[in-house]
Amino acid sequence: MHIVVCIKQVPDTKNVRIDPDTHTLVRQGVESIINPFDMFAVEGALKIKDLNGARVTVMTMGPPQAAEALRETLGLGADDAVLLSDRAFAGSDTWATSTTLSAAIRKMGDVDLILCGKQAVDGDTAQVGPEMAALLDVPYATFVKKIDIEEPGFLKVLRQTDEGSELWKLQLPALLTVIKELGEPRVPSLRHKMRAKKAEIAVWGNAELGLDPNSTGLCGSFTQVVRVFSPQRRTNRIQLEGSIENQAEQLFQYLKKARVPGL
Amino acid sequence: MKAIVDGQKCTVCGVCSDACPMGAIALRENQVEISDDCSLCGICVDTCEFGALSLPEVGHGPSEDLGSYRGVWVYAEWREGKVHGVSHELLSAGRILADKRGVELGAVLLGSGLDDQMAGELISYGAEVVYVVDAPELAHFTDERYSKCIVELVNRKRPEIVLAGATSMGRSFIPRVAAGLKTGLTADCTELDIGDEGHLLQTRPAFGGNIMATIICPNRRPQMATVRPKVMKPVRMDGRQGRIERVELPSRCFEARVEVLEVIAEQDQTAKLTEADVIVSGGRGLRSAENFHLIEELAGLMNGAVGASRGAVEEGWMAPSHQVGQTGRTVAPTLYVAVGISGAVQHLVGMQGSQVIVAVNKDASAPIFDVATYGVVADLFEFLPEFVKRIKRER
Ligand SMILES: Cc1cc2nc3c(=O)[nH]c(=O)nc-3n(C[C@H](O)[C@H](O)[C@H](O)COP(=O)(O)OP(=O)(O)OC[C@H]3O[C@@H](n4cnc5c(N)ncnc54)[C@H](O)[C@@H]3O)c2cc1C
Ligand SMILES: Nc1ncnc2c1ncn2[C@@H]1O[C@H](COP(=O)(O)O)[C@@H](O)[C@H]1O
Repeated sequence: MHIVVCIKQVPDTKNVRIDPDTHTLVRQGVESIINPFDMFAVEGALKIKDLNGARVTVMTMGPPQAAEALRETLGLGADDAVLLSDRAFAGSDTWATSTTLSAAIRKMGDVDLILCGKQAVDGDTAQVGPEMAALLDVPYATFVKKIDIEEPGFLKVLRQTDEGSELWKLQLPALLTVIKELGEPRVPSLRHKMRAKKAEIAVWGNAELGLDPNSTGLCGSFTQVVRVFSPQRRTNRIQLEGSIENQAEQLFQYLKKARVPGL
Repeated sequence: MKAIVDGQKCTVCGVCSDACPMGAIALRENQVEISDDCSLCGICVDTCEFGALSLPEVGHGPSEDLGSYRGVWVYAEWREGKVHGVSHELLSAGRILADKRGVELGAVLLGSGLDDQMAGELISYGAEVVYVVDAPELAHFTDERYSKCIVELVNRKRPEIVLAGATSMGRSFIPRVAAGLKTGLTADCTELDIGDEGHLLQTRPAFGGNIMATIICPNRRPQMATVRPKVMKPVRMDGRQGRIERVELPSRCFEARVEVLEVIAEQDQTAKLTEADVIVSGGRGLRSAENFHLIEELAGLMNGAVGASRGAVEEGWMAPSHQVGQTGRTVAPTLYVAVGISGAVQHLVGMQGSQVIVAVNKDASAPIFDVATYGVVADLFEFLPEFVKRIKRER
C-alpha cells in the first residue's frame, strides 16, 4: 500500500499578534511549523505502516525551505519525500494548490491512500483535501478520527460530524482529511533521524508536473484577495469597577437589561 | 512571481515589512526587497500608504459569458426533518444579496422522503423557489452523491451565487462541488455583500483571526462561499409565496464508492455548545478540574452550556468537545462569559461573534478585554461566588 501524506508549512500562529498601533501582523520571531493537523495525518499513515505495512510518502508544495518540514517527517519514519517548488506555484488559492498536488499524485501513479489534515491553520479553509479528491475522482471522507483496514481494497473510517460520528466504508484509492483524535504525533527516533539527515528529497517544479502555467499559482487561482484589514475590536467596552459586590451588582443589572435568559 | 515595488514611491518606511505574514520583505539601505517567500497574498499592498506596492497582473479573464448566470442559491441543510439554523440565516442573507442583484433567491433541498413542510419553511425565510431532489440514495449524507447532485443542478439552472453553511457537512462536500464546477470557493465567511461591479464580496478571518480578508471570484461562476453559523441574522416572514420544484436527476448522480455503515448521534456537550444561548467558559485561570463546578453552576443558572479554552482542555480539566476556538467550536451565543481566559487569538476567533461578551480576569491587560462588552477585573474565585449569590438573591 502506498500512502501519500500532504503537509503544509505554516507560521506558528501561537505567536502571531497584531500591533495595537499599526493594526498589522507582527511576525518577528514567528517560526514555521508543520500544520498541526498534518502531523496527525503523518501519525495516521505511520500507524497503518506499523500495522499493515505501507510505503509512506510525504509531500508538500511550498518554498525551498519547506524541505525542512519534509525532513522532520522523515525523522518520524516516513519513507520518501517530495517537494513541489516552483515560482510558478506562488500565490495559489485552494483550487490551484489542489491542481498542483493532484498532478503530483498522478505522476506518482500507484497511490492507494491520500491523507490530509482537516485544515491548514494559516488559511483555515479545509478545502484542499476535498478539492483534490474531486480532481483525482476518488472517494473521500473528512474529519476522520479512526482508520481500519480489514478487507483488501477498502477502508473503514470513523468521522466526526457536528452531531456525532459516522462509520463509513470507502473504496480505495481514497482520500481522508484527519483530526486530532487520530493520534498525537510520535517522537522522532534516532535511526530515522540519521536517515532523514542524509535523505535525498525529490524536488518537482512545473517542468516535472507539466501543468499549463495558466492553471498554477496566482494565474491559476479563481479567487482574489481584494482587501485585508484588522478585525474590529469592541471599543465601547464597559469596565466594571469598585468592590467585588459592586462589580457583581453592576454586571447583574447590565445582563438583566440585556434580557439574558434566567436573569 | 512576487509583489512589485515601485522604487519611486517607496519611502522605505518599513510598514509593509512588519505587515508581511511571510516575512518576505526586507529593508535595504534605500529600497525594500521582496524575497521568494512572497506568497502574493497582497497584504503589503493594502498597508502601503504611498501606493508603492502592487501585485503582478494576472488572471485568465472571464472564461465565458458570466451574465448568463443569474440568481442566488442557498444549500438548505437539515436534520431529522428540521431545517438547520444556518440555512435560515443564509436565506435571510441571500435575500439581501438577491435583492441587490435584482434576481431570484433559490434554496436546494436534498434528501429522501422530503415533505413540503420543510420547503415551505425555506420559503418563509425568503426563498422564491425551492429545488427538491428526493431519492432513497440521499437518505444519508455522502460527499460524492450530494456534490454530484448540486453540480448537476447548477449546470442546469446556472445560479451566479451558491452559499452553504460552514458546518461539518458544508465544509466537507461544498469544496467538491466547487472543484466539480471549476470555480472558486471562499470558506467560513463572516460577511457577504455585493460590490460595485456586481461581484460577491466574501469576507473571512485569516491567520487565526488576526486579519480579515475580502475575497472575490471575478472570472468564474457561480461564486461560492460557506458561511459560519450564527453570524447572519435569520428573518422569518410568514405569508410569503414561493414555488416548489421537484427535480429528477440521472442515476449517475447517485452513484458512490462510499457506504454509510452507521450514524452515531452524540447528545453531548458539543451540539449543546453551538446551539446554546448562553455559554460560560473557563480557562487555565480555574486552576483545577474541580473548580470548574464554579463555571457549571453559573452556566446552570442561566440555562447555559459550559465551554473551555484550549488551555483548560490541555490541562485535562474539560473534554475536548467543550473547546471553543480555532481548533474547537465556533460559537456566537447571546451571552458569552469568559472566566480566567487570557484571550489568545485562537480563542477569540471562536467566540468574538457573540452578542454580549463578559470577561472575568485578574490581569487588566489580558487581550480578552479587547473583545469584551463588560470587563470585570477581579479574582475569579472571589467574583464568581459573589455573582452567583447575586443571581440567586432574585429568586
Ligand atoms: C494552532 C493553534 C490552535 C489553537 N486553538 C485554540 C482553540 O481552539 N481554543 C483556544 O482556547 N485556544 C487555542 N489555542 C491556544 C491558545 O493560543 C492559548 O494557548 C489558549 O487559549 C490559552 O488558554 P487560557 O486562556 O485558558 O490560558 P492562559 O493563557 O494561561 O490564561 C489564563 C488567564 O487566567 C487569568 N487568571 C489566572 N488566575 C485567575 C484568577 N484567580 N482570577 C481571574 N483570572 C485569573 C490569567 O490572568 C490569564 O489571563 C491554539 C493554539 C494554536 C497554536
Ligand atoms: N501547499 C500545500 N502542500 C501540501 N499540502 C497542502 C498544502 N496546502 C494544503 N495542504 C493539505 O490540505 C489540507 C487542508 O488545507 P487548507 O485547505 O489550506 O485548509 C492541509 O491540512 C494539508 O494536508
